[in-house]
Order: sequence, then structure tokens, then C-alpha cells
Amino acid sequence: MPSLKDLKNRIASVKSTRKITKAMQMVAAAKLRRAQEAAEMARPYAERFNAVMSGLAQSVQGSDSAPKLLAGTGSDQTYLLVLMTAERGLCGGFNSSITRKCRARLEKLVAEGKTVKVLTVGKKGRDMLRRDHGDKLVGHIDLSEVKRVGYANAQEIAKDILGRFDAGEFDVCNIYYSRFENVVTQHPTEQQIIPATFEEAEESTLYDYEPSEEGILADLLPRGVATQIFTALLENAASEQGARQSAMDNATRNAGEMIEDLTIEFNRSRQAVITNELIEIISGAEAL
Amino acid sequence: MAETMKFDLVSPERRLASLDVTEVQIPGAEGDMTAMPQHAPTITTLRPGILKATGPEGTTEYMVTGGFAEIGAEGVTVLAERALARGDVTQAHIDDWVKEAAEAHAKAREFHNEPGPVDDAAKLLNDMVAAGTHIGLDPKVPNL
Repeated sequence: MPSLKDLKNRIASVKSTRKITKAMQMVAAAKLRRAQEAAEMARPYAERFNAVMSGLAQSVQGSDSAPKLLAGTGSDQTYLLVLMTAERGLCGGFNSSITRKCRARLEKLVAEGKTVKVLTVGKKGRDMLRRDHGDKLVGHIDLSEVKRVGYANAQEIAKDILGRFDAGEFDVCNIYYSRFENVVTQHPTEQQIIPATFEEAEESTLYDYEPSEEGILADLLPRGVATQIFTALLENAASEQGARQSAMDNATRNAGEMIEDLTIEFNRSRQAVITNELIEIISGAEAL
Repeated sequence: MAETMKFDLVSPERRLASLDVTEVQIPGAEGDMTAMPQHAPTITTLRPGILKATGPEGTTEYMVTGGFAEIGAEGVTVLAERALARGDVTQAHIDDWVKEAAEAHAKAREFHNEPGPVDDAAKLLNDMVAAGTHIGLDPKVPNL
């Protein structure tokens, strides 16, 4: 039976925890709004870009001159998995669900005898994979100093990936991130970025290309990688804040329940102590 | 009033402009071109330069550093890697961009050492410097 003093301390400590989680929830809500706005603002670019790219890709596909970024290297022996997670924890299952998806794929590929390399963006994912698959980590991109992801960050990551591709380090590149649906639902997503894949274009206008189709494609494909990574980064940022907001909302509610329970227990033992004291006084008086 | 078309200027991070225009002058990779309504559908890559959109309310100018433009019958969409209103471009921006282009050029020379990529990088650098001079700033021309 904990003493009154212990209970009091417990209640005080849970109360301050609740204050922290409440504050974190509100901060996450504010950041989520900003992250969503950023994702929305980036949408027109990504949409137009993909529409143009898929039209281009279709017309070039199959020809021998198709660039490697589109047609692939002709082999699928080496995979580069880009695991994009958050820099910080306390956001529910956000980091672990992305990592789980990536890990499942990784283990399947290894079982098939492929060579797998992992590039991590965000330190949480790296920490989770380091123990089992530390030998496969080939690089890490730290975004902990970045307050707000910009296109420049995506370009940096894309440059790293493209550099490795040019050096022949891998044949296929997949990225893992979380697609934001709403505050309570985020979907861990796998997307292949090299060789590039596109949704079928619905309408195909015949365009004149300047300089040439191949020239434009060669110019656009590297940008396409950056654009896809940028979209993924923004989705991830929104998902992280959404996941954190709901996790912290739950934590705040739990803390509230715990405080209620502890308060009842505290009051009960306080009453018991008073009753005890009264009994002692009364029986003492009677004994006289 | 002249016929107008839709003009959108988007960068990866946001939509910079969306207006009705009568003509758009685009710094295409192979030379400037002016698109007017009912232009034949064209896709062109951009070189660093000045993008000029003329509408009923006057002309607005943007500096773009690259990207591509999609010209259709009903409008022009410019997807710029980076774009700023001409008045917002400062010396610091130009210096940054020129420096970046110079680095890319140096890298191209180091790794490829064949005419294609090196020439492309050199052209990008020259265009960047020219665009800077054009808007009245003073880009530091690096030694090649």
C-alpha cells in the first residue's frame, strides 16, 4: 500500500506528463497544418510533371535509346532501398510501420539472393535497422537540422541516389515513406523510382518537343527523381505530425484517466488514515 | 481586347502565378520563344533566363533557373526548378546560382571529360551569368 506522500508525488508527476503530452499534441497540430499546406502547394507541380513525364515515357518506351533511368540497367540484381522516416520519436507507430514494410521487402530480397543496400533518411529508421542489417546501410541523410523540408533537401537526396546509380551501385531503387490520408490514418508506401514508373496517361496530346524527345527526357528524369522524393518528404512530414498528434492525444487522455484513478485511491487512503486516527483517539478516551 | 490564355508558373514548392495572358516569352533551351493563344502544343526545356508574361494588366517578369514549359492550345504551364519575380532577385541569389553552376561544370569536367556533359554545364553557367547581367546585377564570372 503506497503511502499518502507517494500517491501525491505520483499524481503530481502524471499531471506534469499530461501537460507535456498536451503541449506536444498542440504543437503537432500546428505543424501538421503547415505540413499539409506545404504538401498542397507542391501538388500542382508534381501533377503537371507526372502528366508530362508519362506522356513522354510512353512515346520513348521500347526504343533502344531510352535512358537507363527509364528503361533500367537490364538487370535487377542489386536493390537500393531508401527508407524515409522521422528524426524524432514519440509519434506512435509512424516510424516502425514504415521500417516494417521496408524490412519485409529487404528480407524477401535477401532470401531471393539479391544484393540489397539501404539508404536511410531520418535517424529513426537507421536506428531500427542498424542491429539486424547494419552491414547493408550504405548511407544516411540527416535532416535533423532542417526545420522545414524544401525542394533543396529533396535535390540533395536525389543527387546522392543518382550519383550512386551512375556509379553502377544498384539497378533498382525503391523509396519507403508514409502517405498521409488523415490525422489517424497514414499508409506506409513503397514506390519504385528507378527505373521510373508512371501511371498511364489518360489523354495524349501530340506535342512538339524542343530540343528532342530524348533530350528532354534525359533532362527531366533526374528532376523526376527529385520531385518524387520531394513529394515523399512532404507526405512523410505531414504523416509524422498527424501520427504524433493522435499519439499525444491518446497519451493525454490516458494520463487524465490515470490521474482520476490515482486521486480516488489517494482520497480513499486519506479517509482511511483519518478514520484510523479517530478510532485511536476515541478508544484512547474510552480507556481513561 | 486580345484573346487570352491561361498562364501558370509553378515551382516544386508552390504555385507562383496563375493568370490570364496574351503572350508569354519563354527562355527555351534552344532560344527564346513567344507563345500566344492557339500555339501548337510544345514541350521545351528552359535555360536560366527571364520569363515574360504579358497580360491585359501589364507585363510581369520572372527569373527562372531551369525546368520546362508545356505549351498547349488552352494555356502555358511553366514548371520551373526555381523561379523568382524579377524584382526579388538579389545579388546573393545570382552569386549562389552562378557558384552552383560553376561547381556543376567543374564536376562535369572531372568525371566525364567528354564534350557532351561539359558543354552542357558550361552553357548552363554562361546562361546563368547572362541572365544575371540582363537584369542589371553583376554576377562574378568564375575562371574556367
